[in-house]
Amino acid sequence: MIVHSIFFYFFSIIAIFSSLMVITSRSTINSVFFLILDFISVGCLFIMVGAEFLGMILLIVYVGAVAVLFLFVVMMLNVAEQKQSWFIGKKSTHIPTGLIVSVLILLELLVVVGGWKYKEDVMSSSTLVLSNISNTHQLGLVMYTDYILYFQLAGVVLLLAMIGAILLTFRERVGVKKQSYFTQISRNPSTAVELKDVKSNEGVKLDD
Amino acid sequence: MIEYLQILGQEVYKIVFLLVPILVSVAMIVWLDRRVWGLVQKRRGPNVVGPFGLFQTLADALKYIFKEIIIPASANKVVFILAPIVTMTLALVAWAVIPMSEELVLSDINVGILYLFAVSSLGVYGIIMGGWASNSKYPFLGAIRSAAQMVSYEVSIGIIIINVLLCVGSLNLNDIVIAQKNLWYVIPLFPMFVIFFISALAETNRPPFDLPEAEAELVAGYQTEYSGMMYAMFWLGEYANILLMCALGSILFLGGWLPIMDVYPLNIIPAPIWMISKILFLFLLFALIKAIVPRYRYDQLMRLGWKIFLPFSLIYLVFTASFLFYFEKLPKVNF
Repeated sequence: MIVHSIFFYFFSIIAIFSSLMVITSRSTINSVFFLILDFISVGCLFIMVGAEFLGMILLIVYVGAVAVLFLFVVMMLNVAEQKQSWFIGKKSTHIPTGLIVSVLILLELLVVVGGWKYKEDVMSSSTLVLSNISNTHQLGLVMYTDYILYFQLAGVVLLLAMIGAILLTFRERVGVKKQSYFTQISRNPSTAVELKDVKSNEGVKLDD
Repeated sequence: MIEYLQILGQEVYKIVFLLVPILVSVAMIVWLDRRVWGLVQKRRGPNVVGPFGLFQTLADALKYIFKEIIIPASANKVVFILAPIVTMTLALVAWAVIPMSEELVLSDINVGILYLFAVSSLGVYGIIMGGWASNSKYPFLGAIRSAAQMVSYEVSIGIIIINVLLCVGSLNLNDIVIAQKNLWYVIPLFPMFVIFFISALAETNRPPFDLPEAEAELVAGYQTEYSGMMYAMFWLGEYANILLMCALGSILFLGGWLPIMDVYPLNIIPAPIWMISKILFLFLLFALIKAIVPRYRYDQLMRLGWKIFLPFSLIYLVFTASFLFYFEKLPKVNF
C-alpha cells in the first residue's frame, strides 16, 4: 500500500505543479507543454484508481489530438505580439472575462460536488455493483443503456461545434482551378483529343 | 519494502531483455530495408561491413556517436534536446504490451490495444517539438505537415481497431490473438487490413507518405538541424515505430503468435518465431513499397485520409456490426 501512496503523491504533485506552471509560465509554448504533462499525470491517476479505460481515452483524446492542435495554433500565432496586447495594453478586457468564467466554473463545481451529498445513489448505479468485470464493460453497460440519451446528446453537441467551426472558417475561393479526379480518370482518347482544321492566318480558340 | 525492491529488480531484468533485442533488431531491420531497396533498383545495397553487410548499421551508429552534436544558436535548447528523446522513448515504451506468445509479454494489461493507440498517437510530439525548436523554416514546415498527417490517419486507424474489437469483444491483446484461432481477421476484414497497412505507412512517415521529410522540398524536414547522436535517436525511434506498426498489424489481422494452421509440423514451432516471421513479412511489404511507389502530393494525401479511408472504414464498421448482429456472432461477455 505504501508504494501505491508514493506513486499517488508523485503523480498528483506533478499534476498540481504542472497546472500551476500552465497559468504562470511566461512563454505560451511552455504552457502547452505543461498542459500536456498535466494531462498525462492525470491519466496516470485515473489508471491508479482502476479506471484504465478512462485514463487511456484521456491520453488518446486530449494528449494525442486536442493538445496537438493547441500546440499547432500556439506555434502559428505570433506569441510576443499577443502578450503585449493582452497584459500591457490600456484596455485589458480579457482579465475580467476570465475572472467571470472562472468564478462560474467554481460555482458549478460546488453545485456538482454538493449534489453528491444529497443523492446517495449517484455512485452506485445498477450495473456498477458487478465489480468482477472490467471497467470498459461496465462503462459500456451503463453508457449505452441508462444514459444513451445523454450520450447521443453529447454527440450532437460535438457535431454542432464542428459545423460551427467549418461555417466560421469557410470561404469560397473564386478563380481557383481544382483537380477533379473523376473527370481525369474517365478521359479517353476520343474525349481528350480534338482535331481542328486551322485555316491559314487564323488562330483557333480552344476551350480550357 | 525489500519485497518491492525484488519485484523492481525482476522487472528491470525483464525490461532489459526486451529492449536489447528490439534495439538490435532495429539495426538489422535498417540493413534489411536498405538491402531490399537496393535489390529492387538492381543495386547491391550495403554489403561491405561484415557478412552480407550485416554490421553496416552498427558502423553507422558508431559514426553517429562520434560526430559532434550541433545545436543551432537560435534554437530552444531544452525542447530541441527533448524531441529525439521523446520520439525514441515513446517508440520503445509501446513494446511493453506486445505479446510474443501467451506468456511472453512484459505486461498483459486489460486495455492493451488502447495503450498502443495512445502511445502511437503521442509519437507526433517528438516531431512537432523537433521542428519547432529548430527555429528554422524547413523543419517547421515539415513538423506542421507531419502533425496534420499523423492526426488524420490516426482517426482511420482508430476505426479499423474498432472493427477488430467488435469481433473480439476485449481490449486485451492476447484475447485478440486467441480470438483468431479459427480464422485470421485478414480474411473477413481484408479491406480493413489494406487500409490499416496504408494508414500505418502514413502514420510512420514512410514512403510514399514521407512528406514531413520530403528531401526535394524541405531538405530533410524536421530532422534538418539535427546531427550526430540526436539524429540517430530520431532514426532509431522511427524504425522502432515501423516495427511496432508491423507488430500491431500482425496482432490485429494475422493472428499474432498463432501458427498458420494448428496441425502437427506447424504447431511445434514456438510462438515467438511465428510472431517474428509475421512482423518480418509485413516489414518486407513496407520495404518493397518504399522502393516501388512514388511520393504522394500533400493534398492527395489528405484527400485519401479524410475523404476515402475515413468514410470507407466507417461504412465497413456499420457492415461488420450489422453482420455480427444479424448472424448472432457478437462476442459474449461472461460475468
